[in-house]
Amino acid sequence: MTQTLLLSIVLAPLFGSIIAGLFGKRIGRAWSHRAAIAGVAIAFALSTWVLKLVVVDGQSYNAQVYQWLQAGSLSLEVGFLIDALTAMMMVVVTFVSLMVHIYTIGYMHDDDGYSRFFSYISLFTFSMLMLVMANNFMQLFFGWEAVGLVSYLLIGFWYKKPTAIYANLKAFLVNRVGDFGFILGIAGVLMYSGSLDYQQVFDFAPAMSDKTMTLFAGHDWSVMSVICILLFIGAMGKSAQVPLHVWLPDSMEGPTPISALIHAATMVTAGIFMVTRMSPLFEFSETALSFVLVIGAITALFMGFLGLIQNDIKRVIAYSTLSQLGYMTVALGVSAYSAGVFHLMTHAFFKALLFLGAGSVIIAMHHEQDIRKMGGLKKYMPITYWTALIGSLALIGFPGLSGFFSKDSIIEAVHASHIAGSGFAYFAVVTGVFVTALYSFRLFFLVFHGKERFDAHGHPPHEPANVVTMPLILLAIPSVVAGYFIGPMVFGDFFGNSIMVHAEHDVLAQHAESFDGIFSFIIHGMMALPFWLAMAGVGTAYYLYMKRPDIPATLQLRFNWLYRILENKYGFDDFNQTVFAGGARAVGQFLWKVGDIKIIDGALVNGTAKTVGMISSLVRQVQSGYLYHYAFAMIVGLWLLLTYFVA
Amino acid sequence: MEHIIFYCLAAILLFAATMVVTVRNPVRATLFLILAFFSSAGVWLLLEAEFLALTLVLVYVGAVMVLFLFVVMMLDIDLAPLQEGFTKYLPLGMFVAALITIEMIAVLGANHFGLDVVPSPSPHPADYSNTREIGLLLYTVYVYPFEIASVILTVAIVAAITLTLRQKNSKSQDISQQVKVRREDRVRIVKMQSSPTKTKEQEAQL
Amino acid sequence: MIALSDCLIVGALLFSLSVVGIFINRKNIIILLMCIELMLLAVNLNFIAFSHFSGDIAGQVFVFFILTVAAAEAAIGLAILVVLFRNLSTINVSELDSLKG
Repeated sequence: MTQTLLLSIVLAPLFGSIIAGLFGKRIGRAWSHRAAIAGVAIAFALSTWVLKLVVVDGQSYNAQVYQWLQAGSLSLEVGFLIDALTAMMMVVVTFVSLMVHIYTIGYMHDDDGYSRFFSYISLFTFSMLMLVMANNFMQLFFGWEAVGLVSYLLIGFWYKKPTAIYANLKAFLVNRVGDFGFILGIAGVLMYSGSLDYQQVFDFAPAMSDKTMTLFAGHDWSVMSVICILLFIGAMGKSAQVPLHVWLPDSMEGPTPISALIHAATMVTAGIFMVTRMSPLFEFSETALSFVLVIGAITALFMGFLGLIQNDIKRVIAYSTLSQLGYMTVALGVSAYSAGVFHLMTHAFFKALLFLGAGSVIIAMHHEQDIRKMGGLKKYMPITYWTALIGSLALIGFPGLSGFFSKDSIIEAVHASHIAGSGFAYFAVVTGVFVTALYSFRLFFLVFHGKERFDAHGHPPHEPANVVTMPLILLAIPSVVAGYFIGPMVFGDFFGNSIMVHAEHDVLAQHAESFDGIFSFIIHGMMALPFWLAMAGVGTAYYLYMKRPDIPATLQLRFNWLYRILENKYGFDDFNQTVFAGGARAVGQFLWKVGDIKIIDGALVNGTAKTVGMISSLVRQVQSGYLYHYAFAMIVGLWLLLTYFVA
Repeated sequence: MEHIIFYCLAAILLFAATMVVTVRNPVRATLFLILAFFSSAGVWLLLEAEFLALTLVLVYVGAVMVLFLFVVMMLDIDLAPLQEGFTKYLPLGMFVAALITIEMIAVLGANHFGLDVVPSPSPHPADYSNTREIGLLLYTVYVYPFEIASVILTVAIVAAITLTLRQKNSKSQDISQQVKVRREDRVRIVKMQSSPTKTKEQEAQL
Repeated sequence: MIALSDCLIVGALLFSLSVVGIFINRKNIIILLMCIELMLLAVNLNFIAFSHFSGDIAGQVFVFFILTVAAAEAAIGLAILVVLFRNLSTINVSELDSLKG
């Protein structure tokens, strides 16, 4: 593995982005997407090669590529750390990105910002690769902010749409909250370990683990807990965990390929990746792990509920993403990092698939996103139908599909854990399975089965172009087969040194002993509670939305208060709107009215002029213009001087 | 003998000065000013400053005071409003002047500058020339200030003339316009047809 | 014999008389100019007295310069006065207040 190889992986999408972005107008649409796709394709091919080198040949890489600056003993540099975790992330990111690039050709076909869009998503690929390949905190932070920036740009891609502008501002501000914690965490790392390099920090972690710091007088806090919780706050922002999740549903204002790439498959999992990468730190703080676990459990369950009542096809999937991110976070909380990352991978495939499928439906429906105005699309769009079915089944954890393996291993891991909060988390993830199945198939039935509730204008909906359907098929394949790597990835030592788990937290080890092959795992899974709950969810959805569509309406009337709570998304948005936005506006208003107008303008600026005016209007009396007054003043002055010298 | 003359001259000087500030007619005030200058020139002679005494008479009385007289007589001044407040401000003026005088005399009086403190110098010999002494100093040590003084005088002349000169109807020349003149502005060439008949007549006349 | 103090006191009285003159003739600018001439005369008298009693001829040189400057001042002052009168038809100081702030 050479530096050249790694640099080309990172820089190929960047060049693609620059070509599409700066010269898009000159070279035209076709060459813009060719340049961008070529960049990502190169990155994907080389990433696969790197994965092969890591997995088959057992190589790894950790070196500095470029030193940015040196300040005292602190060195800021660009460097790459390549191990199994990184290699896997690189393949996932570049693969999904490549699929989305191809899909975009069809989806954005008529859009004015065609080249701009390609430039952004290639830039995103570059940023995400920088993030996952970093070997130090500084570069991690760079990638972290860069993906945030691209996310901001893409949510507001249709910048003439007020809701999109609102959504991208919201995403940016909420992420700032998380990033504030994140950079404080990095600062803490630097302060206590004196280095930003991963390896040095991790080597130093045991020495750091029993240090304490005083945040408030009288209370000593474990340094490790504080740092880990701060870092996790960053992950909460990026990976949309409660209460910093509010930006993700709104981010659906962006074009659908973006929702698939950034807000489902890759960027939002950056938090999961980061915590996994930091496992040598988190393992030393049970407090932080419990915190992670509880936050993840809340997200997994309660965000799933919200998916039940949404009617926008993309928002349902967005809430599903939130819920699944909660599952990954729960896995991190119980130290089942490999299960979390495994779920991250499978989720990336099937969630990207679902989003792209939704995009395909949206194209066919002429940009109508309300599922109440769809239905019966099965016969018009067979490819979309079958791929969406695979995606949905993978999402609910149907045995044999990828989601089953990853989700089941998480649930088992939570079951085996004993750290604080694991009881609640187990309840949350198991209930979550039912909820997931219910909203997934509610969506599925409402869109593809039942009566045709859309207005076709004489043109029946049809399957979009090949560039749209091909990525669906290509994504459907890993959605099915990715789960079969569970053996080495979760229970084996695929990740090797990149993940560190203390023996007393190692819930997966107990599992690994009883793991003997995929098929017994499937058989075992079919007898376990989660499978039956999932089936119950599907059945309920079928009964409620296919057989008796009147029941949901009745329920909605009956439990209006509950519906209202869900409709308001537990009031997070209203709370933020009134308390934070309103508070900030009130402060701004105060500073404007009092600080700016009264103090600065009134007292300082106009006050100066007024004071000068007042004094001069007094002094002006002296300047009468009459010669004899001046002469008199001179004579009196002369006399005073005389008196002074004589006396 | 000397100090009797001094006191007489001083008395005339102060009297003249008093009249300068009190008389109503500016012409008379000017004339009293001339008297004051004359008597002070006398005082200066007593103090062996012969050159300056004569300069004072020549320059001041001869030139400056004549200028004053010219101006006073030339301007048609309405005197009535100028006399307003004459008595009103007299007490204040007297008061301030008295304060200044008292303080000055307290300092400059015989206690500090009397004859027993500062003795009178012995008179210069007969062949002593005050003019020569001043000249010696003026053209050596004070030559630069002297040059500057001459420049000041020149500037004063130019300024006074510029201020009072009326531009219209003046006979001044605009040099730049004169220089810019071209031949066409001055000479007009007129072509005329010579008539043969007239020529003959003219010839005949001739 | 003339004492130095006699000369100085004459000078002081002359100066004070000019001050009084400025006060009481405050509206007549010609008399004001004359008062200034008187003041300068008083100063000159002091210079000459000190020069005489200290035997230093430099004092007389200064008087010479003062006379020069005073002559220039009188010339320009009178010129301004003429222009002023030409423009305003008055030399009443109380009407000259265009410098008022």
